[in-house]
Amino acid sequence: MTDWRDPAGLALALFLLGLLGLLARKNLVFVLMSVEIMLNAAGLLFIAAGMRWGTPDGQVMFIAVLNLAGAELAVGLVLLLRLRGRLTTLDGDAANLLRDAP
Amino acid sequence: MIAYLWLVPALPLLGAIMLGLCGGALPARINGAIGAGSVGLAAVVALCIGAAWLAHPPPQQLFTQVLWSWINLPGFSASIALALDPVSLLMMLIISVIGFFIHLFSTEYMQGEEGYSRYFAYLNLFVACMLLLVLASDLLVMFAGWEGVGVCSYLLVGFWFAEPANGGAAQKSFIVTRIADIAMLAGLLLLAVQFGTLDIHTVLAGAVAAWPAGTAMPALAASLLLIGGLGKSAQAPLQTWLPDAMAGPTPVSALIHAATMVTAGVYLVVRLHALFALAPGVLAAIGIGAALTVLLAAFAGLVQSDIKRVLAYSTMGQIGYMFLALGAGAWGAAMFHLLTHAVFKALLFLSAGAISMRLHHEQNIFAMGGLWRKLPAAFAAFAVGAACLAALPLVDCGFFSKEYLLAALWARGPWLWAIGIAGAFLTGLYIFRAFFTVFFGGAQTDVAGSYGPRIIVPLAALGAAALVIGWLQAPEFLGGAAAFSAFLAPAIGVAPATHLPVLVPLTGMAAPLAGMALAYTLHANGFWRRQGAATPGAVRRLCQTGFGFDAAYRFLFVTPFLVTVRALRQDPVDQAFGVLERLAVALHKNLRHAQNGKLRRYAGWMMAGSLATFLLLVFA
Repeated sequence: MTDWRDPAGLALALFLLGLLGLLARKNLVFVLMSVEIMLNAAGLLFIAAGMRWGTPDGQVMFIAVLNLAGAELAVGLVLLLRLRGRLTTLDGDAANLLRDAP
Repeated sequence: MIAYLWLVPALPLLGAIMLGLCGGALPARINGAIGAGSVGLAAVVALCIGAAWLAHPPPQQLFTQVLWSWINLPGFSASIALALDPVSLLMMLIISVIGFFIHLFSTEYMQGEEGYSRYFAYLNLFVACMLLLVLASDLLVMFAGWEGVGVCSYLLVGFWFAEPANGGAAQKSFIVTRIADIAMLAGLLLLAVQFGTLDIHTVLAGAVAAWPAGTAMPALAASLLLIGGLGKSAQAPLQTWLPDAMAGPTPVSALIHAATMVTAGVYLVVRLHALFALAPGVLAAIGIGAALTVLLAAFAGLVQSDIKRVLAYSTMGQIGYMFLALGAGAWGAAMFHLLTHAVFKALLFLSAGAISMRLHHEQNIFAMGGLWRKLPAAFAAFAVGAACLAALPLVDCGFFSKEYLLAALWARGPWLWAIGIAGAFLTGLYIFRAFFTVFFGGAQTDVAGSYGPRIIVPLAALGAAALVIGWLQAPEFLGGAAAFSAFLAPAIGVAPATHLPVLVPLTGMAAPLAGMALAYTLHANGFWRRQGAATPGAVRRLCQTGFGFDAAYRFLFVTPFLVTVRALRQDPVDQAFGVLERLAVALHKNLRHAQNGKLRRYAGWMMAGSLATFLLLVFA
């Protein structure tokens, strides 16, 4: 029987990895991938929690998270495409056109 | 025939709507025809109604026509209804017939003016509102007409609005009368709360039944309504707007500021005389205020150099006479003077307009002179009008009405009568000062153009009327006709006949003659012209400006108001709320640096925030 701490530790590692990618990458495709990794880390933590308390609820939540991630990814990709169409770049820092009224 | 009563105000209203909607697209001839024609038709209908009335008066001499139910609430109801009784019949005839002649005069007088159709639209609207005012059987409807004539007066005084002074005069006339109308509205609300309706007959019957004479309630209601009437009728202390209202076209002054609108206050008091009779204190105050107005207007009229301002002050003075009669409870005498004044003052204003239109719109009497030979028609009309205004004995209507009025004053005591006599002397003096200066002496200016029939016919008709209508009510020593008082008797009762000492009518005849004689003497030795040319002294300046009422009001009301406005321009209350706004702006200025569009920094801050929250939850 595997201890629930192993997947929890893995989830923490994944989350930190994703965070690192999010903070380090400029390219929005990679930023999106990092967000996905962090989301999966959260999903994995649900499963670990389900193991800890011996209930299937964690796995149910994971399925739900997967669905949400799919939906969110679709919206995110559309935003990326729109941004690329307008700015001709995928650099997230270039999208800082919001200004005070003159 | 009487059932067609609604047509009388409806026809001018229709004319106003037609001219207002499509007057600009029509040629001037059509506009003039619509403008004068609608009022002419109304006058014909009114005359037919008058004839039908004389032939078969309705029961109780009262005819009511309910058009619509307006407001129907528990505790208050009002309906749009017309009522005809001898007083409103008389007013309706005055307004529609004189109104028609003034419209006819206007079609020629205003020829070629910018805004010809606008002029007739306003003038028709005025006649409609004025007819509504006098025909209303409900005080609320009357108030609607009352405000309507105020609006039309404003529009027509400011008709030549390109000149800023005219706009100022229009605003002044509007604001002063509006201030008076606030009091009137308060009086109406008081009556509405007390009696649950503003139907005139119900209110009067209720007031007579519920309020004993001489108590506070009728006095309060009557004085509030009276203030409205004083403002509309340009009586002291609300008279200041009338001389400035002469900025409008002269026929407008003839119709609105002489014949009809300014007498609305007199009509109001006569209409509600049962209420005013319950308040003897208010009647006494009316008498005192009117005496003041008569003298003030006479002295001011004596030193004016603008012919229209002379006539404006004379209007003020003659309405003062009507209020003197009202103060003495002589409703019939006030109405008779209202009738004759409407005729002869319209005649005077129209002849003044006829003079100035031939003199390139010159209105200064000292720039005129010797005009009797060049303008015989205007001379004859003005002579008849001036004779009526001064009440020269026997020949004219002004004499008969003033005689009737002074007799009624004498019955109430010698003091107000004496002021009436003094006013009659001064009236004779100042109107003949203008008359002699304008028509005699050396010629001063060139005369251009000629009169068409549309100028001559109104002058002739009004002049003929001014000579004959006096005989409706002749004093005892001239046959003692009483057709007028008998006609009005069902509505306002008959004043008991009093026996006058022979000296009373004799003094009444002598005073204007003395005034005229003095005016002639001073004209013959050139005093008037010398005085007109000289720099005015302090007393004359005081008279010329209407005894400093304008300056006093400026000091008491206008300046404090402007100072307050200037103080409030920045809106201190709003400033207090502005602190919130400035706080938000300052916070924004400081925090906006965080919003730099750097996605990764946002993520870092979010992470740091989450971590801090986590640590706080775990370790705190």
